[in-house]
Amino acid sequence: MRSSLTRGASAGLALLAAGALLAGCASGSGTDSSDGKTTITVAIDAGLEKEARANFDARVEAFEKANPDITVKAQEYTWTATTFTADLAGGTLPDVFTIPFTDGRGLIANKQIADISDLVAELPYAADFNPNVAQAGQSEDGSQWAVPIAAYGQAVHYNRSLFEAAGLDPDDPPTTWDGIREAAKKITDATGEAGYATMTSGNTGGWILTTLVNAFGGRTENADSTEPTIDSDPAVAEVLQYLHDLRWDDNSMGANFLYDWGTINQDFASGRIGMYVSGGGNYGNLVTQNALNPDDYGITVLPLHGDDPGVLGGGTLAAVSPKADDAAQAASVKWIDFYYLAKITDEDVAVETAKLAASLDQPVGAPELPIFNAEQFAEYQSWIAPYVNVPLDQMTPYTDNSGDQPLIAEPRTATQDVYALLDTVVQSVLTDQNADIDQLLADAQAQAEALYAKAK
Amino acid sequence: MTQITPTTARPPAPDTLPTVEFAQERAARRRPAPLAWFRGDGPHILVFLIPLLFSFVLFSWRPIVDAAVMAFQQTNLVTPPEWVGLDNFATVLQDPLLGTAVLNTLYFAVLALLLGYPIPLVVAVLMSEVRRARGLFSALAYLPVVVPPVVSALLWKFFYDGSPNGVFNTILGWVGLGPVPWLSDPDWAMPSIVLFATWSAAGGTVIIYLAALVGVAPELYDAAEVDGAGVWRKVWHVTMPQLRGVLLVTFILQIIGTAQVFLEPFLLTGGGPANSTTTVLMLIYKYAFQSSMGGDYGAATALSIMLAVVLAVFSAIYFRITKSWSTT
Repeated sequence: MRSSLTRGASAGLALLAAGALLAGCASGSGTDSSDGKTTITVAIDAGLEKEARANFDARVEAFEKANPDITVKAQEYTWTATTFTADLAGGTLPDVFTIPFTDGRGLIANKQIADISDLVAELPYAADFNPNVAQAGQSEDGSQWAVPIAAYGQAVHYNRSLFEAAGLDPDDPPTTWDGIREAAKKITDATGEAGYATMTSGNTGGWILTTLVNAFGGRTENADSTEPTIDSDPAVAEVLQYLHDLRWDDNSMGANFLYDWGTINQDFASGRIGMYVSGGGNYGNLVTQNALNPDDYGITVLPLHGDDPGVLGGGTLAAVSPKADDAAQAASVKWIDFYYLAKITDEDVAVETAKLAASLDQPVGAPELPIFNAEQFAEYQSWIAPYVNVPLDQMTPYTDNSGDQPLIAEPRTATQDVYALLDTVVQSVLTDQNADIDQLLADAQAQAEALYAKAK
Repeated sequence: MTQITPTTARPPAPDTLPTVEFAQERAARRRPAPLAWFRGDGPHILVFLIPLLFSFVLFSWRPIVDAAVMAFQQTNLVTPPEWVGLDNFATVLQDPLLGTAVLNTLYFAVLALLLGYPIPLVVAVLMSEVRRARGLFSALAYLPVVVPPVVSALLWKFFYDGSPNGVFNTILGWVGLGPVPWLSDPDWAMPSIVLFATWSAAGGTVIIYLAALVGVAPELYDAAEVDGAGVWRKVWHVTMPQLRGVLLVTFILQIIGTAQVFLEPFLLTGGGPANSTTTVLMLIYKYAFQSSMGGDYGAATALSIMLAVVLAVFSAIYFRITKSWSTT
């Protein structure tokens, strides 16, 4: 006969175990205004250096002093497409987080970020945003649901030492697509490395294809974003034929045709690629994460030709979680203004940020596009000039000319899904010598039309 | 003086004994009282069972039920889901990529079977002949399994570099074979993936076969040798029949495993080039996660359910057919 003590203890232990497991399922609390103070969680980059974190905490302190009714909590968070919806459903999204331009309109259409347009409209510079940049965070009716905090344009990055090895002048990079083709051939012949490489996977294939199509004067959708023009716009087939010739006639594209954004940066930084097209602000990632030798870095503008060419733009938006209540939204917009935009609009904050970044060997002064206008941008650059530590003179082919190039927004409808379709097209052209470009484009057009129809 | 008279009468049957204790004991044997359970081992069973039940329910069974429910809904996890009946299944079945994915998965399964089924058996047979360093060989065979799959996949991705300076191409260059495009060519990508998958998984099967081989009675081999059988005839006529139980089980496990291949194509090629390595699981992942605006979880779960049903039906048929050959 068991003693009543062990019986009771066993039953109690069972209940305790059950209770502990249940408690683990309880979700954390969101924003609460129990004592009149609003608490918001804001995203910060993961793995910040000690000084950078100290700097962030100092900014939080200054913000809380200026806004005594707001408490700011930091949460390490990086937005990724694959986990965003799960984070949102599970309530682990911070109140303020950043998203890339390319996903802005889609998230807004799905109401997966909060509508803070009224609050944003009250900001002093709300009307001063560069319209090309602001549209990425706007809903159909033009209200600003997300705030642009950084902008860049596509550019051609090139390796100066590979240029020199091929007998090309690194200070005089090609200004036409034929020039790029010739330079690529020379680099491959002289060094055996890929003269020109392109991304093809993880939706980046479609992204870069659209970039080149825009640079060739074409578009992948019609003017009001209701129909795709993949097989009707001649520039698309022209770009694919160009890539096909580079790959199969010149053999100047190397042996890897499955690059995405991260892996192409890796190979470029290790000196295996002569030229590639990507976002203009890549210098930071190339130098700090991929150990590129800064002396090897060169950047120039995309060559433009055709009737109505332009440069595809991109950037970063600050957004607010749809689960934030009104008080939290107001506090979030104040934080966005204070933390993200003051770095550009306020001289003291800009200087302090630049000084800190320079002291941490983070790049200061990498090429970007003005969020507001050219004058404000020039003013900002004059503030941070003493701390710039990137080889600006190696970047003049880009910085001298980028202001003149028309900026084009990304396609608005089913952007990422169409990019995914075009990934397959680009991969086929680069890996199958007998790929039928017209057939591939017709198939992609049919599938894209289905996506556009679903989005209506 | 009494005399005990032997009698042929049968002793009275036990259950006609009229004792009270016996009646109680009989009742307890047929219908254990709840109180006895609680007084006995009951709470101890609960202590061990409840955490296990909870973790199974929470992490295994409930998600399966949720997925089955989601397959009939249109949901993006944020707004309330709406019931759409069989629409998700229709969407999946009408997707042109589904045919490609199924064919690719079958292609992978066949290649993996051709390469990955006999090789561990051959290796195990060879290893069972070795007397001295068997432990060392076992460790070496199992080493690829021990390396985390992501690590080995990324290593092989580096080895598979298609340029003449890639590791494998350099080795091939030593024997005069040209640079192979490996993962960058639609015709070579799937065989490359199968090669890697076989290398990383064969060790486990080798260990299983080795253990089974040790259980084969040596007298059978002696008898075969007496009848004049060489090594391969011994394998065919003695080893294989003796191992058939293990072989049948590893076959079905291999089929089920290869039907769900995801990690290798995901890490090595991302489904490319040109969808030549997109498998059914890759398609499910694509439905659920590739769209940055909250994917089509309904289609993803619908395809998952269809795959599970197909595999279950296949397994049932397989076990029915092989019933006569199995040893269980």
